[in-house]
Amino acid sequence: MSMTDPLLSVEDIVVDFQTRAGKARVLDHVSLEVESGEILGIVGESGCGKSMTALSIMGLVPDPPGRVTSGSIRLDGVELVGMDHERLRRIRGKDIGMIFQEPMSSLNPVFTVGEQIAESVRLHENASPRAAMDRAIAMLRAVEIPEAELRARAYPHQLSGGMRQRVMIAIALACRPRVLIADEPTTALDTTVQAQIFDLLQDLQSDMGTAIILITHDMGAIAELADTVAVMYAGRVVEKGTVETVLSSPQHPYTQGLITCVPHLEPDPPAERSELMEIPGVVPALTDLGRGCAFAPRCRATIDRCGVEKPALLPSEDAHLTACWVAQGGAQR
Amino acid sequence: MIDPKAIAQPLVDGMPEEIKVTHPFREMIAMFLRNRLAVFGLILLLAIMAFTFIGPYFYPTDPFEMVWAPFTRPGQDDYIFGTDYLGRDILSAMMAGGRVSMAIGLAAAVISVVIGVTVGAFAGYYGGWVEEALMRFTEFFQVLPTLLFSMVIVALFGASLLTVTLAIGVVSWTAVARVTRSEFLRIREMEYVAAARSGSARDAYLIFRVILPNALPPIIVQANLMVGSAILFEAALSFLGLSDPNVMSWGQVIGSNRPYILDAGFAVAIPGFAIFLTVLAISLIGDGLNDALNPKLRQR
Repeated sequence: MSMTDPLLSVEDIVVDFQTRAGKARVLDHVSLEVESGEILGIVGESGCGKSMTALSIMGLVPDPPGRVTSGSIRLDGVELVGMDHERLRRIRGKDIGMIFQEPMSSLNPVFTVGEQIAESVRLHENASPRAAMDRAIAMLRAVEIPEAELRARAYPHQLSGGMRQRVMIAIALACRPRVLIADEPTTALDTTVQAQIFDLLQDLQSDMGTAIILITHDMGAIAELADTVAVMYAGRVVEKGTVETVLSSPQHPYTQGLITCVPHLEPDPPAERSELMEIPGVVPALTDLGRGCAFAPRCRATIDRCGVEKPALLPSEDAHLTACWVAQGGAQR
Repeated sequence: MIDPKAIAQPLVDGMPEEIKVTHPFREMIAMFLRNRLAVFGLILLLAIMAFTFIGPYFYPTDPFEMVWAPFTRPGQDDYIFGTDYLGRDILSAMMAGGRVSMAIGLAAAVISVVIGVTVGAFAGYYGGWVEEALMRFTEFFQVLPTLLFSMVIVALFGASLLTVTLAIGVVSWTAVARVTRSEFLRIREMEYVAAARSGSARDAYLIFRVILPNALPPIIVQANLMVGSAILFEAALSFLGLSDPNVMSWGQVIGSNRPYILDAGFAVAIPGFAIFLTVLAISLIGDGLNDALNPKLRQR
């Protein structure tokens, strides 16, 4: 393990699902890396493989029907793919934590939130019930829940959505994981609460040095929080780079589409952004992807090559990778 | 660690100023008490239990002792419930028998719940071939005629309290297994189960600490009704003469006086009525438990 190894690196991971309609390649050679103290954003429409990427990192790909066919996921140089279940179980929650989309249903309704955070502590550390509960209350304070001692005795249904998501974050962070995967942590919340949760994540990340993988379709959140971003489409990473380069000069037509989809608030937007653009069509079924670029049927700038050959993810500038024939200047060939 | 200003700031979280941290248990009791019939059932059951457990202190007659002429009518010669075909006091038999009937009912229900929950939980949690195998196994027990099957067990292993209880438990767990499995199938897809799994929970932890507590309400209702049906079952076995002759139970009183039903109907009717009241009380309580444990009703 060299010093330059990223904290978490996902390399060429391939996940296949065996369905009645045939084999679906849910993740197709996905590569990502995140350094400690860094926020990696993964964006894309529903069904493009964002959540599956998270599950494969957690080692929770539903099997059957799913299977990690090839590739490697390394945490601090330690290979997670193919690791025996017991060791992987210990890494989950301890080294890699995860928060889910639905704070409303992600907490166990029959236990108090304090008990649930304390349980998460006790699953990983030999803490006495008393010490675990103290830690739970400290965590509730860390996620900025006022009157933490009182709230620790509350049941999930007695808390608002934003509070529950804070509790989820407290559970995920109780054991100070080195990587936190946040799978659309704010989709179910009000806009004001979303901003609070993002602020909180950013604070915790800078305090604890946790690496965060933020899965979202909110381009605004990515622009504000993330350091690097990966755009996914139909199970592949189609564009990857630092937030500045990807958002200011998106190379892939899909990324460009995603950015123009975001409504603007200024009263007099520049002419090219005045109309809210949409990307026509939907994400294709993963069972019948053709030979060519999966985005080609919805793309505005296709060339002949798009229909017959899949573009590889290649650097167009330094550390800015795109998988698009047009962006790579494939028209000349 | 965290900016103290952030903590001092009020959260615009739609948080009520004062939250009341009520234990859901208290809500359940309130919901149960709202069901008048269930309260009546509870009082009735407590009265029956007081009769069987405290009664013998005030009326210490041995239920097996021949105390008076056979077939003394109820109320005659100071015998409130009369005497049976051997001249034994039916009142003391009712007290002693009630304890045994209720104990058998409870123990058999516990056995069937333990078997049923285990089978149902594993079937529902693991799915696949485990579920297939366990549910076929359950169906095997389900299609056997329960009375006949329990008669076979008692006939094979002898009529003692233990074998009768086991026989009843073994033939009546299938309903619990089915309820448990369906609850597990529903709950295992819940986000909080996925969340617990991502927090490195073992299967056993997920089954018993995460899913089972959430699956309990319908199982509790089912278990409660099971007590009533086990009491009936014991009576049926006793009626057929397949119960421990050395232990007095309500069913035993009915069974032993069965040949004289036309001459001394009261000797059969009194324990029969006691069984009826007990099972009724338990059913009413079950109805109240259903209300109390059903979160949809609790919101009203």
